[in-house]
Amino acid sequence: MSIDSVFVHKMWNDHELSKMVQGGVPFPMMSDGGGKVGSIYGVYDEDAGVETRGRFIIDPDGVIQGFEVLTPPVGRNVKESLRQIQAFQLVRNSKGTEATPSGWKPGKITLKPGADLVGKVWEVWKTEMAFD
Amino acid sequence: MPEEFKPGCARPTGGPVGEALIQGETKNNEKPKETAAMIKVGRKAPDFSAPAYLKGKFVNINLSEYLGKWVVLCFYPGDFTFV
Repeated sequence: MSIDSVFVHKMWNDHELSKMVQGGVPFPMMSDGGGKVGSIYGVYDEDAGVETRGRFIIDPDGVIQGFEVLTPPVGRNVKESLRQIQAFQLVRNSKGTEATPSGWKPGKITLKPGADLVGKVWEVWKTEMAFD
Repeated sequence: MPEEFKPGCARPTGGPVGEALIQGETKNNEKPKETAAMIKVGRKAPDFSAPAYLKGKFVNINLSEYLGKWVVLCFYPGDFTFV
């Protein structure tokens, strides 16, 4: 979603993005002229008249599970967004019985918060795990 | 499914859907500020409607159509920018 019109979205997709991604952009390229939607999400920069790089992860109940907002010159890390979605999906599928510690990615250990784990995280989770 | 629309000369725009915006006190015709404080993790994502370009068609999108699915909502400064 950006402040560009749907016509500009079409030109950008048809003439540039479709050269980067086969078949073009597969999801809706939404238009937010005037920044009304960006304003309620807190990402519309009124002085510049554009949206900042806001990214919101919304679950199947319509609840915001996470967001990240960057100023325009720095791009996002799509891998990290995917990792977060996988983590939120795991937590949801476990009905909240499992949590993903720092550095978690698919295949790594999860934690089961409860009385048994209090003061014992150091036994099952090592600091290096946050970095690999 | 998103509903297709025929674009005219005016630029179609969207906006929030549903609950009225919480309006604070307004001083001398000052425009009431739309509250940015509505966004919090663990809270509902505000519904909105917006025109979109989707695979060759112009369609209207409502966030509420995506209930039951995971959604990544991305904002960016502008088309044809570099990052």
